[in-house]
Amino acid sequence: MNPLYLALRLLRRDWRAGELRLLATALVIAVASVTSVGFFTDRIERAMERQATEVLAADLRIESNQPLPDSVIREAERRQLDQASTLSFPSVILSKGATQLVQIKAVSDHYPLRGHLRIRDSVTSQENITSLLPGPGEAWLEERLLPLMGLAMGDTIKLGQSAFTISRIITYEPDRSANLFQLAPRVMIGLNDIEKTGLLGPASRVRHYFLVAGSPSQMSHYKTWLEQLNQSGIQIEDIRAARPELRLALEQGGRFLRLAAATAILLCVVAVALSSRRFVERQSDTSALLRCLGARRRQVGQIFILRLLSLGVIASLVGVLLGLVVQALLIHLIGQWFTSQIPAPSAWPLVSGLITGILVLIGFSLPAILRLSEVPPLRVFRRHLGAPPISYRLFLGAAIISLGILLIWQIGDDLLAFQLITGLLVGMGILLIVSRLLVHLLTPLRNRTAGSWRYGLSSLSRNPATTSVQLTGFGLGITVLLLLAIVRVDLLSNWRDALPENSPNQFLINIQPDEVEGVRKLLIEGGIKLTGLFPMIRGRLISIDGHQVSSDDYDNPRAQRLSTRDFNVSHATQPQSDNRIVAGHWWSETEWNEPWFSVEQGLAETLGIPLGAELVFEVAGRKITGRVVNLRSVEWDSFNVNFFVVGTPGLMLDQPATYITSFYLTDEKRHLLHRLIQTYPSITALDVTALMQQIRAIMDRGALAVESVFLFTLAAGLIVLYAGIQASHELRVQETAILRTLGLSRSRLVISALLEFSLLGGLAGLIAAVLASAISYSLANAVFNLPWQLNFSMWSIALLGGGLGVGSAGIVASWPLLNTPPLVVMRKM
Amino acid sequence: MKFVETAEGRLDILLQIDLQVSSGEAVAILGASGSGKSTLLGLLAGLDEASAGEVRLFDTPLSSLDEDGRATLRAGKVGFVFQSFQLLSGMTALENVMLPLELAGHESPEQAAKEALSQAGLARRLHHYPSQLSGGEQQRVALARAFAPNPKILFADEPTANLDAHTGERVAELLFKLQEQSNTVLILVTHDEMLARRCDRRLYLREGCLEAEA
Repeated sequence: MNPLYLALRLLRRDWRAGELRLLATALVIAVASVTSVGFFTDRIERAMERQATEVLAADLRIESNQPLPDSVIREAERRQLDQASTLSFPSVILSKGATQLVQIKAVSDHYPLRGHLRIRDSVTSQENITSLLPGPGEAWLEERLLPLMGLAMGDTIKLGQSAFTISRIITYEPDRSANLFQLAPRVMIGLNDIEKTGLLGPASRVRHYFLVAGSPSQMSHYKTWLEQLNQSGIQIEDIRAARPELRLALEQGGRFLRLAAATAILLCVVAVALSSRRFVERQSDTSALLRCLGARRRQVGQIFILRLLSLGVIASLVGVLLGLVVQALLIHLIGQWFTSQIPAPSAWPLVSGLITGILVLIGFSLPAILRLSEVPPLRVFRRHLGAPPISYRLFLGAAIISLGILLIWQIGDDLLAFQLITGLLVGMGILLIVSRLLVHLLTPLRNRTAGSWRYGLSSLSRNPATTSVQLTGFGLGITVLLLLAIVRVDLLSNWRDALPENSPNQFLINIQPDEVEGVRKLLIEGGIKLTGLFPMIRGRLISIDGHQVSSDDYDNPRAQRLSTRDFNVSHATQPQSDNRIVAGHWWSETEWNEPWFSVEQGLAETLGIPLGAELVFEVAGRKITGRVVNLRSVEWDSFNVNFFVVGTPGLMLDQPATYITSFYLTDEKRHLLHRLIQTYPSITALDVTALMQQIRAIMDRGALAVESVFLFTLAAGLIVLYAGIQASHELRVQETAILRTLGLSRSRLVISALLEFSLLGGLAGLIAAVLASAISYSLANAVFNLPWQLNFSMWSIALLGGGLGVGSAGIVASWPLLNTPPLVVMRKM
Repeated sequence: MKFVETAEGRLDILLQIDLQVSSGEAVAILGASGSGKSTLLGLLAGLDEASAGEVRLFDTPLSSLDEDGRATLRAGKVGFVFQSFQLLSGMTALENVMLPLELAGHESPEQAAKEALSQAGLARRLHHYPSQLSGGEQQRVALARAFAPNPKILFADEPTANLDAHTGERVAELLFKLQEQSNTVLILVTHDEMLARRCDRRLYLREGCLEAEA
């Protein structure tokens, strides 16, 4: 006997008989959801990342204070990467007898490789996206330069030995945000014009940037090549090393998407487990007959496993195809939200879809299917003999391993995967225990009721095992759906609330101590809400616990950069409202004079600064020594003024400081800025509106993607519902036929089925609400670091929705039985 | 001997069974409902294990074999006919008959199955599904399936009980015809005295003991 041949024939038979339709549908939906989510998130994440690479105006940026080595450029050419070059340096421009320190940026053709420049033709005209660049003899200026120097469009400015005509106002350059705190206003010219200015002398403080872009694999290979080159004096930057605000927004968005994908998986495994259980019940006769006819246990096992795997491969392929179609529709729907083209699907989600299908079957179907080889052959005479009860150890082992692999793989976050699996297992355990208890409590009730109530209640208590399985299935399904609803509504809006509409969009820096009061007065009189003016002291970290800080001590490029640059250190009596102390304690009033520091957690990790470490900063030639008494987490994406290092007032008060503030400025009040700059010319104003719009766009698109993924999970939820209802189908067929033969009216049967399923759904909904609240609390606290509040409306929605949803689905599923003559049903039995 | 342990204590089902069947013989086992006829059939076919005593099938003591050993012993040598036909609903008549042939490793299962169905008078029903066949036709497919591998012994459990008298008679005729042609041992469990009379021997199962016809 060829087991594969027989397995395939039986599979064909099963399909014709409708035996495997539920399992196959569950699997197709599982794979389709995972694949479409996979394709979709993969493409969206890549699009989001591509959009985020605008921060560098490239996929990768190489920075040096010397012209870039030829080898670096040649290698980029050899790899056929898109390239552009820019130069940046501080210089002075001259016009109408006045001088002004500016930051010159000279750009080559093709700049920017990612994102677009935005310009205005005049102060009053509309802002436009442009692919133009400054032409020969043209200069584009930042708007604040015009009032500062009394300039107008068409005026001439002198830069070095060359004169340039002001032709455009530059309002946005994608890579400007990566260098937010450049003090001087921007002047942009063409790279070909730089030579004749004569400003590129040996002593000039020029930064050379080489921008490259290409496919992810090209970039990854080129980056590896660059890192292996180990060229001193060059810095390699990709999006991950760019601004922390954007990185955080991207990572948070990715987390939400992956979580949504994981919830689809969770629902589908429940559906597969439920339908496998039913498959085993329905296939016990075949197994007994095969053994009766002389098939050995191993052969029977082989036949069923091969059947299952064949089904897995076929259903997974169908699921992958469906996933491809669905993701294409979704991409079509939301593609317009992206300014850059969405990358084509990669092959990976296709492979992952197939692997997912097989893993789901191995974890949630195989342990049940293996029981089929244990069906005693005597069942051919004694129908009550069935497959032995499932080994919980085997079931749990297979489920945990396969789900663990699936979730860690899909989510890419071990902690989140661990929490979800733990949540699912604990939830399943609680649901099983509670459902058993409820069935036990319902049993005496049926004797005190009459009519449809009695039939409905007796249906629940007649087979406690099936009812428990149904309750657990419905409960898990509703829990996951609720969880997703919470994630979608609560966590997502909390995430977006982290960057409210009135977040600060203007920074004022370089405010001298004697200007502080004047600035404060001017802004408050202008109706600006100020969070405060914070002292900012430039200092270099020179030692940690007596050990000299050197970039050679670090492998991490960020640590190398941080170890060589000046820090903005501040002093404060209270921590900022968006700071959270994660270790140690903040100083009390009596401790203000202690020589203490507070360090941002990420910086402490990067530079290896433990709590209690002694830090020495050099400030204006003086050494400041203090001990780290606390570590803080900082919400960098809040756009509030924040500092990596804060000292006690006693330690830092006497140090030379300038002040910084941030505030929200509406377009109508922009004149205030002009007044401020004219009154205090040494103050630098920085407008981060464009950067904030970029972050907000990423958040909005992330939210939209999560909401789209929610639809798949909803479809998976419906399959769980159907699988749960089908779990008691065989018993219901038999009972309905008998009850109708005995004369029970159809309406009473409908009411009793409605009561049975509504009760099941309502109870499952209630338990699910408790579980979902507990899991969302843990997710909000431990993973997303967002505030959490008890959502009471969710409880009522779960109770009513569960009851109504399961109740009506139960009626729909039972309708054919109620409408088929009892004799036809009896004949089929 | 066969007993089961229940909450109320030990329940004896079969107590004193001494039965030897020789080649080509047809034996009918009669008894009231619940007398243990099906239990006896299960023990004789090696589908169940005796609590005490010995069952030898083809001179092999079944107690010396494990479940898989007994299945191997049955493959191709033991046929079954059931009251409820036990055909696989998604398989055609031909596929149902081919199943035991394939399990027994027959060289040309399709050809043998076609011949068996032809002998059962179903040559034109090869590709019909059980639901497309009448009760009598279904039982004839079951007979073709049972006899196709040329079994040495056939266990039949109430083969006509689900059929009307006329159809039952025709099925019984086919059963005994095929049994005679293949010289197969037939162990037939039935309520039907008329059917039992066609057998060489009739045995009654009363209170766990097997008695010959008085």
